Amino acid sequence: MSEKPRIRLGFMPLLDAAIPIVAAEMGFADRRGIAIDLVRESSWANIRDRLAIGHFEAAHALAPMPIAAALGLTPFEAPLIAPMMLGLGGNAITVSESLWGHMRSVAPEARVNDPRDMGRALKAAIAARAAGGLAPLVFAVVHPYSSHNYELRYWLAACGIDPDRDIRIAIVPPPFMPDALASGRIDGFCVGEPWNTRAARLASGCIILTKAAIWHNSPEKALALNAGWAAQKPDIAHALLVAVLEAAQWCEAVENRAQLAEILGRPDRLDVPATDLLPALRGQLGMADGLEHAVPDMLVFAANQANMPWKDHALWYLAQMRRWGQTDPGPAEVARVTAAFRPDLYREAAKALGASAPRSDLQPVSEPGEIEGTAGVLHYAPSAFFDDSRFDPAAFVATCERAG
Amino acid sequence: MNAADLLILVVDENRIRASIIEAGLREAGHERVVLISEMQGLLRRIEEIGPDVIIVDLENPNRDLVEHLSAISSAIRRPVAMFVDQSDHDMMAAAIGAGVSAYVVDGLRQDRVKAILDMAIARFRAYSRLKDELEETRAALEDRKVMDRAKAILIRSRGLTEEEAHHLIRRTAMSQSRRMADVARAIVSTADLLLGDQE
Repeated sequence: MSEKPRIRLGFMPLLDAAIPIVAAEMGFADRRGIAIDLVRESSWANIRDRLAIGHFEAAHALAPMPIAAALGLTPFEAPLIAPMMLGLGGNAITVSESLWGHMRSVAPEARVNDPRDMGRALKAAIAARAAGGLAPLVFAVVHPYSSHNYELRYWLAACGIDPDRDIRIAIVPPPFMPDALASGRIDGFCVGEPWNTRAARLASGCIILTKAAIWHNSPEKALALNAGWAAQKPDIAHALLVAVLEAAQWCEAVENRAQLAEILGRPDRLDVPATDLLPALRGQLGMADGLEHAVPDMLVFAANQANMPWKDHALWYLAQMRRWGQTDPGPAEVARVTAAFRPDLYREAAKALGASAPRSDLQPVSEPGEIEGTAGVLHYAPSAFFDDSRFDPAAFVATCERAG
Repeated sequence: MNAADLLILVVDENRIRASIIEAGLREAGHERVVLISEMQGLLRRIEEIGPDVIIVDLENPNRDLVEHLSAISSAIRRPVAMFVDQSDHDMMAAAIGAGVSAYVVDGLRQDRVKAILDMAIARFRAYSRLKDELEETRAALEDRKVMDRAKAILIRSRGLTEEEAHHLIRRTAMSQSRRMADVARAIVSTADLLLGDQE
C-alpha cells in the first residue's frame, strides 16, 4: 500500500479549532485515506504566511482571512479558498472587574448578555470617563481582519459608541488576553473561547456578552485551503473536507463533549484544563453577574448548516471592511471575494456523507424556515443581528458597483 | 538617507538570537539598532522608537500586533510587510522558512533594505543550526551517561568486564536493530524497576 497523502494543517489554540483536531485524532482523516499533520501556530500572520508559501495546505483560519487574501490586503499574493466553515459563534466579550463595576454603577439594571443593555451601560461608563478626563478605554481583538473586530465594532456602533473615537481597539493574541486584562493594559476584549472563561477564572474578567447574542448563528472560523494546492489536488482536498465535515458532526454530538474537552486540553493542543473548555462546550457560561447563563448556541459545530460557507457572509465581512475603512471594493473585488467562498465544494463533501446541503449560495430566508437542500428540505435559522437590522447583499453589491 | 542610517528594531524574546542579529547589523555598518525582548507595552514602544525597519521572529505571537500598526490610523509611520513586491516569492519563502519576518515603513524602497533581511535570514539560520548542534551535543552526552550506567549495572549484576558489557549492549542493539543508547536506556529502566535505584 502506498503512503497516505499528508496534509499539514495549522491551527491556533482556540476552542473552534476542535473540528480539524478531531478530524486528525479521531480517525476521520485516516478513514478517508489521508493523514493530517496538525501544527499549532502562535499568530494568525504565521497561519496566513505558511498557507501562502505552502508550509501548510490547510488551516483553521479567521473567516475574513481568505477575503483579505482575495483583496490583496496580505503581504503576498496567495489566494485562499474557504470551502467550509468551522462552526457558528464561539466568541464573547469580557471586561475588567473595574470596568464592570463602573458599568454596574451607572446602569444597575442592565442585564448581562443583553447587547442593548450592555451597550447602554458601556456608553454611560464611557461618557463618565470622558467627563472625568480619563483616557479612552482600550478593547482588544485578535486581528484587524477578524470577526472579533467586526462584531465588536458592530455592537458598539449599534449602541451609539464610535469604535474609532470613543474607545481604542488594540490587537492581542488570544492566549495573552487574560494577562493583558489582569495587568490593566486593556479594559476589555472580544475573543474566542476558552480565553473568556480563562480570564474570568484567572484574571477576574467579567464576561458581559456572547457573539451568539450580538449576531445569532453567525460564522467565525473557516477551513482555509491554499487555492493552488486545492486546484492541483482536488481529490485530496475533497477527502479532507469529508473528514472535517464528519468530525464536525462528531463534535456536535453532546455525548462527545467531555471527550472533546479532554482531547483539546492536551499540551500540544490548547494546553488548558478541560474544565475551562467545558462551559462553552456545554453552553453554560459563568458571566459577569456571577450567574451561570445558558447560552445554547454558544458554539455550534455542525447543526443549522454551521459548516456552509454562505456567500452573503463573505459579503457581510467585505461590507464591514469597507465600513471601517480597510478597503474600498469595486465590482472586481466583489467578484474575487465571493469566489473565495466555495459552497460548491462543501456540497460535494456533504453529498459524500449522504447529507443534504443548501442549494442556494446565499441564505435564502431571513426568518427561520424551510429551505431547499440537495437531498431533501432543510430547516434553517439564518444569522440574525440583535438590533433587527438585516444585511442586504444585493444592495451592498450595487453600492460597490457604483463605486467601481 | 544612507541605508546605514536606518533605524532598525529587532523584536525577539530570545535575547541570544536578538544579539546575534544585532551583531550582524552592526558588522554591516548599521549603528542604529534597538532590541526589544520584553513584550509588555510593545505597541507603545514601537511608536516611541519609530523604526524604519522591524524584524520579528515568527514564534512571536505579537506579529499580529505589529501588523496592526499598519492598519490603525493613529500610527504616524506605517510599517508594511516586506515582500509587497510580490515577485519576491523565493525571498519570502526563505524568510518564513528561517523563521523571521520583516516590516518596513511605508514609502521606503524595499530594495534598499533587502540586504538587511538577507542578513537576518542568514543569522536566523545560523542560530537554529547552533541550537540543533547544541541539542545534538546534549543528546550525545546524555547517551554516554546512560551507556555508562547500563555498563555498570551489567558489570555488577552479571559479573562482566566493562568491555564485555559494552559488547553485550552492542550485540543486542544490532540484533534488535536499535540504537545502543536505547538498549542501555532499557537496561537502566528495567534495573530501576527490578532492583530499585541502587546507585
